[in-house]
Amino acid sequence: MPNRSFFWFFFPAGLAMILFIGLPIISTGIQSFYAQHDQILIEVKKCDPFGCKTSVVVDQEATSKIKEDKPLGKFNGFGTYIDRNHLASEQVLEFWNESKSVGEFVGKVGNLPFYKALVFTLTYCVIVTPCVLFLGFIIALSLNAISRKIRGPLIFGTILPMIVTPLVGSLVLFWMIDAEGIIGANLQILMDDPYLSVKSSKALTWITIIIYGVWHHSPFAFVVFYAALQTVPQEPLEASIIDGASRFQRVKHIVLPHIYPVVTFVALISLMDNFRVFEPIIGFSAEGSAQSLSWLIYDNLVNEEVILFGSAAATSIMTIVGISIILTPVLLRTWKEFRTNR
Amino acid sequence: MKKILVTLLFLLFGTVANADCNIKSGSINILANDFPALRTLVETAKECKGSADFKVTHSAEHNKIAVPALTANPSEFSVRVAANSSIVPLMNADLIRPMNDLVEKYGKGIQESQLITIDGKVMAVAFMANTQHLYVRTDVLQENGIAIPKTYEEVVAAAEKIRAAGKMKYPYAAAYKAGWNLAEEFVNMYIGHGGEFFKDGGAQPNINNAKGVATLNMLKKLADLSNPDYLTHDSEAIKVEWESGNVAIMTLWASRSGTLLDDEGDAKITAATKLVAPATVGGGNIPAATLWWDGFTLAKNRSDADAEASFRAMAHAASSKEMVAKAADQAVWLVEGFVPGPKSVGVIEAVKMGAKPYPMLPQMGLMHGALGSEIVEFLQGNESAEQALKDVEAAYITKAKEQGFL
Repeated sequence: MPNRSFFWFFFPAGLAMILFIGLPIISTGIQSFYAQHDQILIEVKKCDPFGCKTSVVVDQEATSKIKEDKPLGKFNGFGTYIDRNHLASEQVLEFWNESKSVGEFVGKVGNLPFYKALVFTLTYCVIVTPCVLFLGFIIALSLNAISRKIRGPLIFGTILPMIVTPLVGSLVLFWMIDAEGIIGANLQILMDDPYLSVKSSKALTWITIIIYGVWHHSPFAFVVFYAALQTVPQEPLEASIIDGASRFQRVKHIVLPHIYPVVTFVALISLMDNFRVFEPIIGFSAEGSAQSLSWLIYDNLVNEEVILFGSAAATSIMTIVGISIILTPVLLRTWKEFRTNR
Repeated sequence: MKKILVTLLFLLFGTVANADCNIKSGSINILANDFPALRTLVETAKECKGSADFKVTHSAEHNKIAVPALTANPSEFSVRVAANSSIVPLMNADLIRPMNDLVEKYGKGIQESQLITIDGKVMAVAFMANTQHLYVRTDVLQENGIAIPKTYEEVVAAAEKIRAAGKMKYPYAAAYKAGWNLAEEFVNMYIGHGGEFFKDGGAQPNINNAKGVATLNMLKKLADLSNPDYLTHDSEAIKVEWESGNVAIMTLWASRSGTLLDDEGDAKITAATKLVAPATVGGGNIPAATLWWDGFTLAKNRSDADAEASFRAMAHAASSKEMVAKAADQAVWLVEGFVPGPKSVGVIEAVKMGAKPYPMLPQMGLMHGALGSEIVEFLQGNESAEQALKDVEAAYITKAKEQGFL
């Protein structure tokens, strides 16, 4: 395709991307460098049905003047990024100096909200992504080997987890693991511990969310792999059978290398998706035990009665940076292959 | 058939004729929480909408919608039904208008005590009061020879006795869901211990002290007597636990009693359910509970005509003797003519015992938010009480700095 026609084909999509993704990201970036103006508080008499007392309110007249002059707020530089609720540079340094062992240091840092969320997000990412790739590939291979007559209904059944709305899927599991749900109650009997609760145990909550993640994302990997398997040429496979290659050898030496670009693609998408894990935390009401970076943003924007735009913006920008860092190795590799292929 | 039709028509015209406030223009759009008393109030306001447009959004997510919706100009809603905590962000951002002139002109039926005034300006008109108090199962208590608990120490002892008797595995319940609900339980218990959240009227936090530790320890004791999933249970969830007969003592909002005691569910449990005063704690004499009012506010970014129409409709409801007589068991109405029934016991006792209102301070929302997420690890047993309180203060200070309070 000549560059000119490519440009015109790409133009509408590109414009939409700049308008609806590019500009908001820039605006988020700018916002993350600002904090609210200093609040001007005045003492007034407040009366309600339970009596009167003197206490403080925000002085609207004084505040509105400052706001008109500088609507964005007070410039804070990287202040929000390094405060305790984000990178917490000061606290981390302090912990490093006062900790006697590396274990103690890690424990203390892990107690800071941002690192707590980061640990869960990375754990989720690192466990779910390979599991999804592996499971998706195995399912695709098995279904590909099954008689064509029953393949249709089986494929439909396999992609069901992806069709079910994430929130509904997680709610169903949430009720099953309730202390009186089918899984929760049976676990109590099995472990002989009437006070066992999947929902209040941190480890069990993490495991539940991870299992849910694998269950929910595998169909996507399966669909892509299944499509890729249809393009594997038959001749080399037949030749290898004649040469006496086992099923495992055929998969390893012929099928996998052939669909390798697709594996990279699925890995990229899964990594990006998993790094932004959010719905299951809400669905499982798991805020107490598991927090992700996306959940932190949500918390800053809606859970507080006061909306923390600066905090939310800073976490958003760091999430974008985090995704870029995670994707770099995969992207570098693809780039190298692209170069050698030319 | 004909008879029914005639009756229906009569009812229809009857109500319109009865309660026309003669509103000629403007549009009314209300944002409110979702529980029976508020639905009744809004229905009553609708009776007299006259020829004004009338829309309403009842949502449990009202807190998340309010600030963005009222910041828009013109604002999406003309009326926001708020409470002592949710009015604060609206005032912080200057989103609601004083209504002294409207009260003077159209607020004849409204009592002086219903007005929420800040520096003399009427910012809201309250119509009901609320608090969290104890609910007990009299049959279970009698069976085990337990008197109705008056303090949280007695609650713990009673629940332990019921558990030891093998009657119930998790005899106590309260809304301990991580986040807003859990923080609210801390606020109640800390106030019961006589604690102050901020150092002498400023914005510096003041919870990392002996009272804070005692508060956390009491919460933990109660949590250990609750369903192990307590960190995921909100008011609605513990209500279900109660109706299934799993719980003998519970701390719950007074406003939830209406649906708890309705005809649905096990009649035996409903009959044995008794509403009693909120408990005290740690030898204190004020209850470990906060008083709340629910009232209506008017959006600033909306035309004067809309504000006037909205006020007249809402004022009609907030002063309707007919409504409080009909819906007497739905809430503790602050409206003139209300005769308290058995379901009002909790709030009335709380007021008598000198319960404090929830602190209406500009920075309280940040403290509430920090509490909701930072004390979870203590309850899970992963952290000491002192560390948890230190974390709350640190998280609060960071947020308060970003918001310009420190």
